[in-house]
Parts: sequence; C-alpha cells; structure tokens
Amino acid sequence: MVPLDYYLILSAIIFAIGVVGVLIRRNLIIVLMSIELMLNAVNLTFIAFANSLGSMDGQVIVFFVMAVAAAEAVIGLAIVISVFRHRQSLDPQEMQLLKW
Amino acid sequence: MSQFAVGHLSLILLIPLVGAVVLLLIPRQQRQVLLTVSLLFSLAAFVWSMRLFQAFDAGNGDMQFVERVTWMPAFGIAYIVGIDGISLFLVLLTTFLMPLAILASWPVREKIKEYLFFMLVLETGMLGAFVALDLFLFYIFWEVMLVPMYFLIGIWGGARRIYAALKFVVYTMAGSLLMLVAIIYLATRYAHVHQVLTFDLLQLYNLHLPVNEQTWLFLAFALSFAIKVPLFPFHTWLPDAHVEAPTAGSVILAGILLKMGTYGFLRFAIPLFPNAALAMAPVIIALAVIGILYGAAVAMMQADFKKLVAYSSVSHLGFVMLGLFALNIQGIQGGIYQMISHGLSTGALFFLVGMIYDRRHTRMIDDFGGLWQQMPVFSVFLLIVTFASIGLPGLNGFIGEFLILLGAFSVTPGWTAAAACGIILGAIYMLWMLRRLIFGPLTHPENQKLVDLSHRELLILAPIVALILIMGVYPQPFLSRMQPSVDLTLKRIVTSQAAPVATNHGTSGEMKTDGR
Amino acid sequence: MVASTSTVATLELLRWIPLIPLCACAINIFFGRALGHRTAGVLASAAVGVSLALALYVFWLLPATGIFHDLLYTWIESGSFRVNLSFQVDALTAIMLLVVTGIGFLIHIYSLGYMAHDDGKVRFFIYLNLFIFFMLLLVMGDNLLLLFVGWEGVGLCSYLLVGFWYHDAKNTIAGNKAFIVNRIGDLGFILGIFLLVTELGRQGIWTLDFAELPKHVSLLTPATITLITLLLFVGAVGKSAQIPLFVWLPDAMAGPTPVSALIHAATMVTAGVYMTARLHFLFAPAPYTLSIIAIIGAATAFFAATVAIAQNDIKKVLAYSTVSQLGYMFLAVGIGAFSAAIFHLFTHAFFKACLFLGSGSVIHALDGEQDMRKMGGLRSYLPKTYWTYVIATLAIAGVPLTAGFFSKDLILWQAFSHGSYALWLVGVVTAGLTAFYMFRQLFMVFHGSSRVEDHVKPHIHESPAVMTVPLIVLAIGSIFTGWLGAPEYLWGSLWDRWVQPVFGGAHGAEHGPVTTEILVTLVTVAIVAIGIYLAYARYARTGTRVVPAEAAAGLYRVLLNSYWIDEFYDRIAVRPFTRVSQWLAQIFDPLVIDGLVNGVAKVARGFSLIWREAQTGNVQHYLIGFLAATLALLIYYLRQL
Repeated sequence: MVPLDYYLILSAIIFAIGVVGVLIRRNLIIVLMSIELMLNAVNLTFIAFANSLGSMDGQVIVFFVMAVAAAEAVIGLAIVISVFRHRQSLDPQEMQLLKW
Repeated sequence: MSQFAVGHLSLILLIPLVGAVVLLLIPRQQRQVLLTVSLLFSLAAFVWSMRLFQAFDAGNGDMQFVERVTWMPAFGIAYIVGIDGISLFLVLLTTFLMPLAILASWPVREKIKEYLFFMLVLETGMLGAFVALDLFLFYIFWEVMLVPMYFLIGIWGGARRIYAALKFVVYTMAGSLLMLVAIIYLATRYAHVHQVLTFDLLQLYNLHLPVNEQTWLFLAFALSFAIKVPLFPFHTWLPDAHVEAPTAGSVILAGILLKMGTYGFLRFAIPLFPNAALAMAPVIIALAVIGILYGAAVAMMQADFKKLVAYSSVSHLGFVMLGLFALNIQGIQGGIYQMISHGLSTGALFFLVGMIYDRRHTRMIDDFGGLWQQMPVFSVFLLIVTFASIGLPGLNGFIGEFLILLGAFSVTPGWTAAAACGIILGAIYMLWMLRRLIFGPLTHPENQKLVDLSHRELLILAPIVALILIMGVYPQPFLSRMQPSVDLTLKRIVTSQAAPVATNHGTSGEMKTDGR
Repeated sequence: MVASTSTVATLELLRWIPLIPLCACAINIFFGRALGHRTAGVLASAAVGVSLALALYVFWLLPATGIFHDLLYTWIESGSFRVNLSFQVDALTAIMLLVVTGIGFLIHIYSLGYMAHDDGKVRFFIYLNLFIFFMLLLVMGDNLLLLFVGWEGVGLCSYLLVGFWYHDAKNTIAGNKAFIVNRIGDLGFILGIFLLVTELGRQGIWTLDFAELPKHVSLLTPATITLITLLLFVGAVGKSAQIPLFVWLPDAMAGPTPVSALIHAATMVTAGVYMTARLHFLFAPAPYTLSIIAIIGAATAFFAATVAIAQNDIKKVLAYSTVSQLGYMFLAVGIGAFSAAIFHLFTHAFFKACLFLGSGSVIHALDGEQDMRKMGGLRSYLPKTYWTYVIATLAIAGVPLTAGFFSKDLILWQAFSHGSYALWLVGVVTAGLTAFYMFRQLFMVFHGSSRVEDHVKPHIHESPAVMTVPLIVLAIGSIFTGWLGAPEYLWGSLWDRWVQPVFGGAHGAEHGPVTTEILVTLVTVAIVAIGIYLAYARYARTGTRVVPAEAAAGLYRVLLNSYWIDEFYDRIAVRPFTRVSQWLAQIFDPLVIDGLVNGVAKVARGFSLIWREAQTGNVQHYLIGFLAATLALLIYYLRQL
C-alpha cells in the first residue's frame, strides 16, 4: 500500500504545475489545460483521502468535479474559439479590456 | 390581511410589472402595439388605483389595505404594504401621471421597447416605495427606482445625458447608503429592546430612542431624503437631470420622484425620530426657506425653459419642506397638498416644454416669443399651468401654499414671512418667462410655421388642467382623506415626546409580535 | 358690535350673481369662436346684465340691517381651521354689487362698440367676464380668504387685460408690473391674514368669517390689531395704488380703454377701500394704523394730483387722477369715516368710468391717438362725448350739486370736524389741483384750436350709440348719485341711513354746527373755482401754447416724470435684485454649490487615478496577486496553529 503522503505530494506537485501554467503561459488553451490539471490534482487528493479513510464521500465529489470540469472545458473552449475569431490571438496578455 | 389572493396593493404593483414583461414578448418593430400595450397597462393601474380611492375609508387614519407576507423571517424582513391618507394621493398621482407620460412618449423614435419597459418598471418601483411599510422593502424599492431612471436619462436624454445620469444616480445613492446603515442600526436596536428583529415600520414607530441617537439616525435618513427632495444645498443634480432627461422622464422626476424625499421625511424620518425632528426643525426650515428664495432667484436668470422649471421645483419643494417641519396639521396637510399640486403643475409644465421642444428642438426661451399668435391653445394651457404654479387662488397651488404658510406662521413667523416673499419671486420669474415665450411680437421666422397642439397633446394636458381646477376649487375630498392620517402622525410625535426612552434591556416585557 | 345683531337670512339666489358671468366665460372659452365675435360679446354682456338684474332684485329684497347669506360648501378644512365657500350680501356689499354689475354692464355694452374691430374680441370678453366673476367674489365673499381669492383673481384679469394687445411687448411688461407690484401688496395682505388666524387660533377661535370676526376682536391685543391692520393695509396700498406702490396704475393704461374704466378706475382699484371698510371692526380700534392710512391717503391724493397736472397722455391724466381720488378715500378711512369713503368710491365709479369711456371715445375717434397735444377743438366733432365729459369733469372737480361735490365735501368735512386740519388742508388744496388738471384736460382735448394730425382729421367721427348711451347713463349718474348723500343742511343723507348700520359704532357722521359746515364747503368751492379759472386762463383760449416735453424745465419736468419714482425703484430694487440673481445663477450655483459636488467627485477620481496603475488589466497579473495573498493567509494561519 502506497502511503497517503505520496499521493498528497504528487497532487501538490501537479497542482503547483497547474498554477504556474495558469499564471505564466501565454496561450489560452494551455491555460485551460493547466486549470484542468489543477482540478485533477484536487481530484487525486480526494480519492487518496477517500481510499485512506474508507469513505465514499470523496469519490462522489470527484464525480461532481469531473462534471464541472467537463462543462468548464466546453464553455471555456467555446469562449476561446470565439475570442480567437475576434482577435486572431490567444495571448492573455493582449486581453486587457478589464482596464479601459 | 388576505394571505393567499393577491391584495389590492400588490395588484397595483404587479400591473405595470406584468406590462413590462408583456412588452418583452412583442417584437420591436410593432411600435404602435408596444405603445398601446404599455398605455393600456398604465391605464389599468390607474383604474385600479381609482378603485382603491373609492374603497378607501376616509375617516380612518390608520394603514389600510395592509398585506403582510413573510419574506426573510430570519432577518425579520417581511413584505408589508399598506396605504393611508398620506400615501393614497401619492399613489394616485403616480398612476395618474404615468399614462400621460407614456402618451407623451409617442414621439420617442429609438429603442421604444426598452424605453417603455423601463417606464413600466419605474412605475412599479415608485408605487412600491409609496406603499412599502417594511423599511427593508422600502429601501429596495427606493433603490430600484434609480435603475430605470438611470437608463431613461442616460439613453434617451439630451447632449450631456451621461453626466446627468451618473450624477443623479451617484448623488442619490451616496445619500441612501447612510440610510441603509441607519435602517439596519434601527432594527438591531429594536431587537435589543424588544427581543424581536423586525423591519416593520409600524413596530419600529414604538421604539423611543435617546435624543442623541435619534439625531444621528435622523441625519442619516434626512441626508438621503434631502438629496431627493432636493433641499438646498443638495439640489444641483436636479437641473442637470431634468434638463437632460426626455420629456416623460422630467415629468416623472419632478412629478413623482421628488415627492419620494418629502414623503420619506413624513413617513419615516419624522415619526421614527420625533425628538430629533423637533430639534432639527429650525435648521431644515431655514434651508427650506433659503431654497424657496434661492430657487426662485436662480430660476429667474435661466435662459433654458426647462432649467427654469427645474429650479422652480427647488423653490416649490422648499415650500413642502417648510410645511412638513412646521409639524402642525395645517403645515403637514398643506405640504402633502403641495406635493400633489406640484406634481400636476410642474408635470404639466414639463409636458409643455416637451411639446415645443418637439417642434423646434430648442428650449432656449429667447428662441421663442409671440407664440400666442401661432399656438393659442398651447399658450392658454401654459398660462393656466403657470398661474397654478404661481399659486393663484382658485387653482391647486394656492391651497397648499396657503396651508403651509398658515401652519408655518404659527411656528416661525419670521421665516414664514421670508418664505412668503417667494410667492412674489414666483410671480416675477414665471411672468417674465410667459412674456418672453408667448407674448410679444412673433420675431423668429422659424416660429411662424409652428402648429398648435395635436389631439394627443390635448389629451395629455386636459386631464391635468381639469384636476388643477378641481383641486383649487374643491379641495375638501383630498384634505378630508389626509386629515386622519396626519392627525395620527402628529399624535405619534406628541406621545413619543412623553414616552420613556428605551434602554438596552427592555422593561416593557417581551413583545413577541413579529407582525404576522 | 352692532353689525352682528343684524338678521341673517339664507338666499340661494346669491350664488348666481357671480356664477352667471363665470358660465358665460366658460361658454365663450369653449365655443366662443364657433359662436362668432358678435354673439360672444352679446352673450358676455347679457350675462352681466342678468347679474345686474339679480343684484337689483337682491338690493330690493334686502332689509335695512339684514344680511343675506348663501353657503355652497366647505372650501378648506384643516384641523380647526375652516373656510367656507359662501356668499353674503349686506348693505355695503349691495352697493359694491351695484357698482360692479351696473358699471360692468355699461362697460360691456360700450366694449361691443369699442372692440368691434379687434381680432381678439372673444378673448377680451372672456377676460372681462372672468373679471366680473372675481370682482363679485371679492365683494360677496363672506370671509377674508374668499375676499383674497377675488382679490388675486381680479389681479390676474388685470394682468391679462393690461397685456391684452400682447403683440407689443410694452403692454405685457405693464401687465407684469401690475401683477408683481400687486403681489408685493398681497404679501402684506396674506401675512395679515396669517397673523389674524394664528392669534385668534391661540385663543381657540378659528374663523375668518366677517360675521364671526367682530365678536372676537376684543381677544386681540391692541399691538396685534395694529400689526394685522398695517399688514392688511399693505395689500390695500398695492391694489388701490397708493404711495409707495402706485407705480403700476399709470402703466396699466396700456390696456384697452374700457378695461381702464372698469378695472383701473371704477372697481378693482377700489377693492382696497372696500376691504378696509369691510374690516372696519379691525381698523377702527387701531388708531395708529388709521393715522398712517390717513397720512398715506392724503399724501397720495396730493402727490398724484401734482403729477396729473403735467401729463400729456389723456389716459395718464385720468390714471393719476384715479390714484389721487383713491387717496381721498383712504383719507376718509383714516379718519374712521368708512361710510364717506364708500360714498366717494360709489360716486367716483360713475364719473371716473364716464371720463375713461369718454377718453376712449376720443381715442377711438382719433384712431388711437392718446397725446392731448395732438387734440384740441374736438367739441364740435364729438358733441355727445363732449357733453358727458363736461358733466363728469364737473363732478370730479367737485362743482356744487354734482356727485363728486357731495362725496368729496363729505370727506373734507369729516376731516375738518374730526379735528385733522392738516389733512383737511391737503384735501382742499388737492381739490383745487383736481379742478385745475381736469379742466386743463377738458380744454386741451375739446376746446381751443385743433392740433389733430392731418391724416387723422378726415376720419374723426362721433362714436356709435352702443358707446354713447353708456356714456350718457354714466353722466347722469355722475350728477345724481351724489344726491343720495347730501349734507343735513340740504335734504339730508339717504346714504348714511342705508350704509351706516354696517359700520355700527365705528364713527358715524359727525355733525358740527351747520354754519361751520357751510363755511368749510364754501372754502372748498372757492378753491375749486380758482383751479377752474386758472385752467381756463391757461388752456381754454384758442391757439393755446402747449409745452413740448423737451422744452419743459424744473418743476414741470419733475412732475412730468412723476418724480422719477419708477427710475428710483429700478435703481434700489429691480436692478440690485437682478444682479444678485444673476450672480447666484451664473457664479454661485454652478461654481460654488455644484463645484462642491463635482469637487467631491474629482477628489475621488484623483485617488482612483493613482490606484488604477495597480490594475494592468491582465488576468494573469491578478491571479499572481490572488495566489500571493492566498499563500500569505495560509502561512499566517499555519503559524498560528
């Protein structure tokens, strides 16, 4: 049996990779993928704990998260495509309409 | 106390709202249909409000048609509506002016659907503020009104509409936030004393706070209302908003929205904090009188017809405030009467401004002159409405002004004498305006082709002028319905002065009535 | 007081006296154009005729000390304050009724001719009927507030009628001036009402009824009564064009001449006198107020007479003469001789209306010419106008056995017997001046050689019968109305018996020794004769030299410009006020008050401008901040564990 710590460390690493990806990558699709990575890191934590505590709750939540992630991917990608159509670019640095 | 069926008052709130929703279902190309439908819904609200007027028990000063529905019991917030002799006429004024305002919107060309939608939502908002008896509910309606008005000014307004709309909204909101804080403080304070958290106005009336606390709360309420009235020196949003708003917007703004402020004083600030009101009365009276004279003097010098009318509102609302803070029966009754008659006569003035603006696309007084020759009917209406506004006996303005000054005179003769000078100034600027507008030679060639009022325009003005005459000649149906409620309000002030001041630990025992 | 002991009877007829002209007015508003000019005018005149008939009927019914009363409904009720819409007629009102409807009727008839060629004839009759309605409300109202309603209403009609020919901005300006100056007076009036109501209210009495008030006057302190009456008198000063608020009346001559006759001579301007007489129970116990009234009255009478001497406009002379005659009435009021004041009001209404209508006939004949320097020798062209004018001039000058003689003499005698010799002296001198300027006018217009401009000359014509018949009726009145109030040494006064009960104990006519009375009268007559002679010597001969304005010098110029009072007011009141308003509207309001509001916004904006630098708009930057803050919080809490 692999100790719980290992799972947690792994998921922390994946999460950190995801965070860094979101923060520094300059392509929206990669950013989206990084978000997926973060979600999956969290999923991993849930499952690890569910396994170690013998409770089903964590697994149930993972299903929820997966559903949300799927929805998010759909909408996110749709937005990405529509943004690309408008601006011919996917660089988040160029999307500064928040400051006007 | 009907809990299931929609009550009388809720129905009147719902009619315009349903109308607004129905509008959304009509395609935007159907101009006539859109206009007709919204006119019908506003008329339906008016008809229903007339039924209220009929069913209203004139001898009863208490709240009538009260409806209570629990809404957020955890916070003691409920949907409570009801009217008494004070709000009855403001409700009627709203439902009366609204169809006329929609009728005046016929010339609006762009985005008519959204325009009418906002108008109807605005009507619900205004009516709601007049009938709400739960402080929280009142606050919601109070703020809801801002939204449609913001768009009405901002989208269909004149050249500086964005500036005006923003100023209007930010200024009013700045005031009302303090009121929200005061409302919450008041409710928690009541909860401390009576162990019940409630925003029910009628319950909160029974809370007697120390004068010091009252003063702070009163000031918070007063600021918010004073901006809306507008009391000098908080008036500068008004000319901007009025001038930029479309005709119907100006009419509603002057005719109804300004009354929110004075109504707020009478319904909330004064009876909730009577001791503070008494203590602050001299200050407010002074500001009111300054406003009367100041508004008139500034109005005189305006080159823009609409701005002149706007400043005249500052002057007239000063009279209302003077009457309310005389804190006696004549003053308050006169104040309410003046609210209604100002709504009619200034509303009519704005309609008239709109009518010549539609023809000439200018509001500068100097661009006119000698209009009587070309537009006699218009001129006659302008003449009547102007004299109503000046306060000529026999027309509505006189009754209110007379009672206000009479009430105020017994309290503060000096200030009243100064205020009475306002009726001279009123005559000066109004007559000067008439001279430059409708009398004299018809000099401008553009004015020689002007056509007189259309049937639609007659239809707008005739009911108002009829009411102006009726209210001047036979005011008793109005006054007698106000009297019991005003008496009750005054009684509240008197008894609260004698009542023991509340402490944190209620001595009067548990009052577990949360109003259901 | 005695007045309150009179019998009160209800008579529902009363309401129709004012309502019929109002109905005619309403009909003409809606259907006037459809009916056509002629019918509208006839309808309006007929309505006033019916009112006159009703007034006569009521007059006939009215017992000596009786009051008729007619309650319509409660007008305003607020707390204990309550005012009814109801009418009353007592002897005083009955006389005013006859003046208003009688002279009103004649002037309506006259207007049918005078305004025949005017485009705005329907409008004219609408205003005229409305005026009659408000004037009747003024005299018939049974309480002070209703009187005030009529008071303001006639002011409105005056405004509308003075500015009737609105194409000329000058007329509208005159109308505005009339209304605004009157409003200044009304301010005093309404404050007087407030003081009266609140002071009585303090004692638990809430009433403005003329029938009730006298019973409660004793509750008021003398100082309060003085203040109340002074304030009310300010209203009278405005409406009746006394010093210092007389300035509007001469300008009001811009209106059509029938209007000048009806409103600015016979009825509206006398409302102030009527009001003081109606409230005699308040004024009588206020000696201080009375003396002020007497002084203002006498000063106005004299002052206006001096100005009238120098005027060249035919209507301006009459206007100042009206101001002067109103001064006489207030002089009478001031010495407590209310009955004499009303008597002069009554006779004055006839001869002054006659004079105005006569001048209207002249103006009509001369195609609108009003300058007396361009008249002269009109006697032969306008015989009827001339003779009626002569009679009315004799009356106003106070030539014995005319109406003006009796009424003016009564006032002067009352002043003399009251011991106010200074007032009497001013009155007598003014009588001389009156005789002088009126005969000056008569001679300048009708006698001497013609100075009429050539292009007008061929058109001079006597006015049609609709205009001359009212003139003749009024001329007859200018003689015989005075006979009602003859002094005791002739056949005695029917007037006193009729009117005096209204005023109860308030100063009955005093009767000194008859010889003194006759002597005093003779002095007056002598001075009047001198005045007439001087006018004759100066102006009656053919080829009279008429002073042109620019050649005039010294005193004459002062008088011609009526002491530059208008300019004076302009300097001390109108211009400073305008300048202050301008400063408020253009500097103070937009820059200071709005500046504060916008200043707050600007400060907030200033701070935002600094802070906005932190906002790059780049989501990833925000996320870094988000992450940093989360980590910081995490570390903070972990360290607390």
